[in-house]
Formats: sequence, structure tokens, C-alpha cells
Amino acid sequence: MINVIAAAGTAVFAAGGEEEMPSVLAVPIDELIIGIIAFLIVFGGLAKFALPSIKRTLEERSDAIEGGIERAAKAEAEAKSLAEDYRAQLAAAREEAATIRTQAQADRAAIIEEARAEARTAAAQVTAQAEAQLAAERNQATAALTRQIGELAVDLAGRVVGQSLTNDATVRQTVEDFIADLERQAAGSDA
Amino acid sequence: MFDEVAKFTIVGMEFHITKVTIVLFICVALILGFFIYAFRKPKLVPRGAQNVGEMGYLFIRDGISRDIIGKDGDKFVPFLFSFFFLIWLSNFMGIVPFAQIPVTSIFAIPVAFALIVYVTWVPLGVYRQGFKGFFGGMLFPPGVPKAMYVLLTPLEFLSNLIVRPATHAIRLFANMFAGHLLIATFSIAAFYLISPSIVGILGSAASFTVAVALTGFEALIQFLQAYIFTLLTAVYISGALHSEH
Repeated sequence: MINVIAAAGTAVFAAGGEEEMPSVLAVPIDELIIGIIAFLIVFGGLAKFALPSIKRTLEERSDAIEGGIERAAKAEAEAKSLAEDYRAQLAAAREEAATIRTQAQADRAAIIEEARAEARTAAAQVTAQAEAQLAAERNQATAALTRQIGELAVDLAGRVVGQSLTNDATVRQTVEDFIADLERQAAGSDA
Repeated sequence: MFDEVAKFTIVGMEFHITKVTIVLFICVALILGFFIYAFRKPKLVPRGAQNVGEMGYLFIRDGISRDIIGKDGDKFVPFLFSFFFLIWLSNFMGIVPFAQIPVTSIFAIPVAFALIVYVTWVPLGVYRQGFKGFFGGMLFPPGVPKAMYVLLTPLEFLSNLIVRPATHAIRLFANMFAGHLLIATFSIAAFYLISPSIVGILGSAASFTVAVALTGFEALIQFLQAYIFTLLTAVYISGALHSEH
């Protein structure tokens, strides 16, 4: 088997040249250097002209993707906090409305109460005034009547006695006293 | 070994330009041309050549560099990338019509590549771990009874510093050389066996079929060997970057 392959190998390479076959494991220095140069050209060219740009692009891409994810997360957090704010505001507004309603109810009751009290006071005042006026008028009437009754009584007594009692100072004093007495009595009963 | 196309001398050294040299530099030109074109103005949303090139880049970066070395291996991606694609294309030339020679089946070429890797990871290890740390960790692995060092140290020395670069080069060379020989053997057989007889026609047809099948198989081996070479390079660099224990 080995012989066959070796023979085939010889046949392949014999086609190339007539001189004696060098060993396949020979390493001619010039081929070695050419191999090294070939690699260095590829390495230098790729490392300088091709790979930095793609490396940068890949980094930018992963940045963009990671940035996008980050942005989305940020937006979500923002939306969440905004919703939270709105909810809080809504709750606060609701609470405020309730407070206002309660306050309004309280106010209404107070206003009604106040109005009622005012009305009551006004009514009482009116009543009191009317009563006072009534009393004053009655007093006046009583006083006037008493005086008239006194004068009538003196007049009547004078006619009965047959002489004018008005001219005599003593009688006149008595009559005056009587009338005053009457007036006092009237005032006393009135009080 | 091959017909000489040209010959020139630089500082007293003769350079023989052969078919292999030409094919090798065609590979160099193709790789540089394609990737510089593909990555000339990379877009955030890739299309066309950039898409293909990016697949290659991510294969090396994520599949080899980050997997083996880790995140700090990112600065070695161009190194690994160059090796992978240069070797793959060089291997691939074995089944490209008219080229039909895997450049890496010329022993000097894998030796050149393995040598570059060797003179990269050894100084790198010394630089990162210090002379004592690097060679100490390599030759005197901790957690071993002291007496064992008598046996272990020469073995570690041999395996890490001598056998490792040799196998690195020979693995690639031997695979490509063997594959090339197989395809060549059956192709030649198909050609030489042909004759106006039943044996001739059947033999020739069978050889041709095997040659075609082997070409498909070689396509797989070519990729695999380029991958293995690059993977091992990453492993060596990783060992140089991180102390093993």
C-alpha cells in the first residue's frame, strides 16, 4: 500500500522535473520565507485595512442594540412612573372633591342654620317692637283715659256740688292729687 | 519539485518562483481583495459581501477566539482570522481546477505558519507571565509529587516546546499532502487505465468516481484542517495569556 502511494507520488512529481526528487519533508529556506511573507502580507493587510472597520461596525451594532434595549427599558420606566403620577393625581383630585363636597354640605347646613337664626332674631325683634309699641300706645291711651276720667269726674262732682271746683285752689289740689293717684294706679296695674 | 517560472536573488538568497508560489500569492491577493472590499464601508445593517465577510469574522471571533481565549482574545482575532482564511484558501486550491495544488501540502508553508505561531505564543507567554512563571508553570506543573518532576519535566519540555510546533505543522501538511496524493492517484489511474476493453473502461470509471468523491471529501478536510490549525493557535495563545493553574 505504502509502495503504491509512494509510486503514485513519484509519478505525480516526476512530471514536474527530471532531477532527483527532493524529500517532501525538505524545507527550503526560500519557500519558508515566502510562506512567512505571504502570511505577513495577509495579516498586515487585513489588520490594517479590513478588520478594524468591521470590528468597529460590530461594536456599533451591539451598542445600537443594547442602546435600543436600554432606551426601551427607560421609556417603560418613564411610562410607569407617569402612570403612577397620574394615578396619584387622580386619587388626590378625588379626595379633594370629596372634601369639597363635605365642606359644601357643612357650609350649606351652617348657612341654613344662620339664615334661620337670623330670621328668628328678626321675627323676635319685630315682635318685640310691635309689643313695645302696643304697650306704649296702651299706656298712652290709659294715661289719656285716666286724665279724661279724672277731669270728667271732677266736672261731674262740680256739677253735683253746684259750684265750680276748678277755681278753688284746695279743691283743685285735691282733684289734681286724685287724678295723679289714678294715673299712678293705672301705671301700677299696667306695670 | 515544480517547474520554475522565475528565479531571483535577494541578499545572496535564491528565490524560486514556482507554481506553488504563484498559487500562494493568488490566495493572498484573493483574501485581501475580498475582505478589504467586503469591509470597505461596513454598514450597521450588513448586506452582500459584508454579510459573508461578517460571518467569517464572527466565526473566528465567537467560535474560536472568545470560545478558547475569552474576551481578552479579541486583539488576536486578526491573527487567527488571517491564519484561518489563508490556510483554508491555500488548502482549497487543491481542488480548484488548473491550480490543483494545496499550497499547504508543500511542507515549508505549514512550517512557516507554525513557526510564526511558535514565535508568537512563546514570547507572549514570557511577556505576560514572566520567564519564571511561564516556563515554571509549563515545565513544573503544580499539584504533582516532587519526585515526579524527574519524569514530568523532560516530557513537558518535549511535548510543549518541540513536539507541539512540529505536530502543528505536520498535521496540516500531512493531511493536505495525503489528500492531494489520493486525488492525484485516482485521477492518474482514471487516465492511465482507460483503454478499449471492459477492464479498462470499468477501472477508469471507478477511479474517476473515487477521484470525484475524494474531491468532495477533501473539501471538508480542507476546511477542517484550517479550523484545527487556527483552533490550536488559539489554544496556544490562550495558554500563554493565562497561567494554566
